[in-house]
Order: sequence, then C-alpha cells, then structure tokens
Amino acid sequence: MSVTFWRECWIVFRRQIRMNLRNPAWVLIGVMQPVLYLVLFGPLLKPIVESFPGAPDNEFTFLVPGLLVQLGMFGAFFAGFGLIAEWREGVIEAERVTPASRTALLVGRLMRDLAQLLVQALILVGLGYWMGMRGSVGGIVFGISLTLLIGGACAAASNALALTTKSEDVMAPVINMVMMPVLLLSGIMLPMTLGPDWLKRASDFMPFRWIVDAVRDGFVGDLGTSHLAWGTGWALALFVVAVWWGTAVFRKENA
Amino acid sequence: MIHARGLVQTFHTGQGKKKQAVHAVNGVDIDVEEGEVVGFLGPNGAGKTTTLRMLTTLLKPTAGTATVAGYDVVKESEQVRRSIGYVSQVGSTFSGAYAGDEVVDHGMLYGMSRSLAVKRGEALFEQLDLDGLWRRMPKNMSGGQKRRLDIVMGLIHEPTLVFLDEPTTGLDPQARANLWDHIEGLRSRRGATVFLTTHYLDEADALADRIVIIDKGTIVASDTSDNLKANVSGDLVDLEVADPELVALAAEKLGGIADKVTVTDRHVSGRVQRAGKVIPGLMRDLESGGISLDAIEVHRPTLDDVFLSLTGRSLRDAEDAAEAGTDQPDSGDSAPEGAVLEGAKR
Repeated sequence: MSVTFWRECWIVFRRQIRMNLRNPAWVLIGVMQPVLYLVLFGPLLKPIVESFPGAPDNEFTFLVPGLLVQLGMFGAFFAGFGLIAEWREGVIEAERVTPASRTALLVGRLMRDLAQLLVQALILVGLGYWMGMRGSVGGIVFGISLTLLIGGACAAASNALALTTKSEDVMAPVINMVMMPVLLLSGIMLPMTLGPDWLKRASDFMPFRWIVDAVRDGFVGDLGTSHLAWGTGWALALFVVAVWWGTAVFRKENA
Repeated sequence: MIHARGLVQTFHTGQGKKKQAVHAVNGVDIDVEEGEVVGFLGPNGAGKTTTLRMLTTLLKPTAGTATVAGYDVVKESEQVRRSIGYVSQVGSTFSGAYAGDEVVDHGMLYGMSRSLAVKRGEALFEQLDLDGLWRRMPKNMSGGQKRRLDIVMGLIHEPTLVFLDEPTTGLDPQARANLWDHIEGLRSRRGATVFLTTHYLDEADALADRIVIIDKGTIVASDTSDNLKANVSGDLVDLEVADPELVALAAEKLGGIADKVTVTDRHVSGRVQRAGKVIPGLMRDLESGGISLDAIEVHRPTLDDVFLSLTGRSLRDAEDAAEAGTDQPDSGDSAPEGAVLEGAKR
C-alpha cells in the first residue's frame, strides 16, 4: 500500500466524516437500539444470569459483549444505504473517473464506518460500565477490536450489496433476511447453551456466535479460550472476504 | 485525441432461455482531433452514453480498441482518467455537502494539494458564474448552477479533453443558453477538446464543429453540420402560386431543379441543393412562364432532416419510440434493469 493510496483513503474518509459530523444525531440514533436493549432488556436478565453456564455474575457483563457485536453488525450493515444515495447523485461515478484507487474509495468509506462504530462502542461500554458491567481493560479493548473487525466486514458487504442492487427496496429485505437468523443463532441476548442440542449444533455453524462468545470471554479476561481463537479467526476471515467482495464491486463496472 | 476502432458493448437481458444479447454499441469508429468540439448526437438509447462510458474507462469494451489522449482505455486506464475531464449527466456532487468542499476533495483525488485545489476551484467558480456559492449545498442551487458546478468538478485538474454527457438536459432555455456560452468558452478560453453527447438538435448545431450521429449503436454519419445538411437533405423551397390554374406549371418548373415535388392547394414545394444559387434562375423561369407568386419560402434543412434521411425516421420519433420502450433498450444512459454488461464481468 503506497502513500498515495492512504492519502486517497484519507481524502475519502475526511469527506465522509465531514458529512457525518454535519448530522451527528445519526451517530446517536445508531447506538439507540443497543442502548435500549441495555436499559430495558438488561434488568430482565438479572434474576436468571446466574443460571447461564459459565456466565458472569453481572447481567451487564454478559449482555454488553453481545450488544457490541450486534452494534457492529446492524449499524454497519446499513452503511450501504448512504452509498446508494451517493451513487444516485453521480458521486461514485465522478470518483471512479478520477485516477484514485478504487480500493481507496471503499477503504475510505470503511474508515468512516469504523470511526463511527468506535464512538458508538465506547458510548455503549461506558454506559454498561456505569450500569454495573465489569471486565478486564485488555479484554474490553480486544472486544471492541473484534467488534470493529466484524463491523468492517459488515460495512464492506453492505457497500458491495448496495452497488450490486442499487436499490434500497432490494437492500432492506435482503438485510432483514440475513440478519434475523444471525441474531437468533448468535446468542447475543441469551446464551445458546440454554437451548436444546439441535439449536446448539445449528449455532455452531453461525460464525457470529463464535465472535459473541469470543468477546464475552475477552471481557471477563479469559484470553486463552477456544472461543476466542475461533471468534478471532471468523472475524478475520469475514473481514477479508467482505473487503475483497467490496473492492471487487468497486473495481468492476457497472458500479 | 480520441481514436476508437470497432468499439462494441454487449449486455444481456432476461435469464435462462429468455437470455438475450443486445448490442448497445456495435462497431463504433470515432476520431476526434485536438481542439475540436464534437457533438455526439442520437436519440435516447442510441448508444451515446455507453460509448462515452467506454471512452472514459467507466466501462470496458466487449470488443474493439480505443485510445484517449494517447492512452489505451483498457491497458492504461489510469493515465486516461488523469488526462480527461468528465461531466456526467446525473451530476457529480452530493446534495448535502458544501459545493467548495466537493470541488476541493475532487481535485485532491487527482493528486493536487489542498491549497492548489482551493485556488483553482475559486477561479473556476468565478469563470462559471458561481461566485458566492462556495459554501452552498447543491440541493439549494438552481438546475443551471448545479450543472455549472458539475463542469467545475470536471475541470478542476485542468484537463485538455473534456467529455460532457448531455450537459443541458432538464435545464430551462435561459439556463441552457447560459451553459452553451460556458461550453463554448472551454475551447475559446481554455483550448480544450470537447466531446459532448446530446439528443438536442439545436445544441449540436450551436456548439459542435463536427457532428457524429449514432443510431442503434452504429455511427451513421460524421461531418460538419453544414455539410451534413447540404449533402443529405438540400433546402426546402415552398412556392405559393397566385393563380391556381398555374400550379401544375409551377410544379413542372420546380421539378427541373428539385426532387420529389409536392403540391398542396396553391403550395408547390421540393428540395433543392443550395437554394441560394438556384433560386434566382427559378424566379426567372417562373416569370418567363407568366407565373406570379404570392410568397416564396426557403427552409434550411435541420439536423432532424439529416437524421430522417439517414435512418428513415425522425430523431423526435426515435426519441418517442425509445421512451415508449418500443425501440432498442436504453443503453445510452445505462443498461436496462437486470441487464448484465459484458464489460462488467471482466
């Protein structure tokens, strides 16, 4: 990666973040869903969290890692909607006819998504800590890093999907169709170990479950577990595949 | 500046057994010399924008070759992009961003420093009558201002070759006339070579040194507006004969110099080559035959007449057919919904 490439990424990132800062309310709107889960769903877990196998004794220490992954997935998966608006106004085509690297056009946008996600994650963790969540500093940093990785993967996939479909009407049901089983099988709200064997086995094939488990283990300071290795592996793999897909779509026509 | 040979762009519509190949552009040859203003004229769906997108490296040709500013559009696409300015018909700026920021960021993507991009951007704003709009969002600009802002975006890196894709579509007559002045200024003030697509006959007539006409993905003519009109159509002469009894005789006299003479009531009309030269002789001939006229009118042929004679249909009819979907799919602006461009697969 040359200096020119990173300079182009920075130009795209700065342009995108400038537009975001013009409407900072969206950052807060994006974090509202996990915050609502934290405030309104967290207390429901209090009486039962002790019954979760291997779960911490605090409901927020259990819930926040899951909500972080949810934030990474849901927030980033909607990034493509903004890209469709830009495409419709000719911005993407105008950028693609400059000598700038087409990969930089995607990476600059991913940097914007990750910066936004980082702010939201810090708000969520800070609020969780205020409500009683506890965890190791290193584990929390690891958890946020994994969230950024999976958020980057989802944002790249969303951008690729956006430039492929070029339609919000197509994007929305596709995202819903993908997200619903992901949400139900990844153990974000309740551990999959509570379910019957067939459901546990089904969730073994859901990469996001491993990532949620890895973030949970990280938060409580268990940094040597197989969950952590699998979760990190899946997050990296999904990130690489999604960025490759997004770059391929940005490179090819008829983007 | 532009040399294209046998450019082809094929896309597919439908799926499975219904899959069908459509040649949006089918063997286009184009040559544009330095300093020329070339109008690329054709109805919607003729293949104008598809051709332009291939020349600007936005779309890889299915077949054929093209060099733009001395670089191959496929093998040296980055150098092509560095050398050209492109003004798309759909715009180039985000409606919710400040105009000045958009221009500066765009310039910086060409490798310019921020200060240079600001300096050039401010100069272009002044040249294109956008003074005071640096901190205005495109959503708060008029249609003409937005199009001029798009031109600023296309010129920020000072290209010597500028592609304009239907630059005045959707503008009111006053804004169009204003934009024409600025487009003319691209060559007169900046010495740029301009390649513009349009489906407006008057626009091609007013702006272009040479007009290339495309229909159904194929070039059907390429010449100056005057030569196209003179070679293909001739001037329409309409005689209004004073005495109805002498209409047949007037038609006979006009028939000596015109093709396909038609008679309607007291009107006798036909097309002649170079009316200015032959009408004095015709007048003498009519006078010697005792035929007096109430009126005589000469209509210079329009580009629509040229298009009609080349393709057998009027440009306006072709537009209507394209819009009604009874003609070739609209490959001009973009491939139809669900179509797969072959270049996209590469």
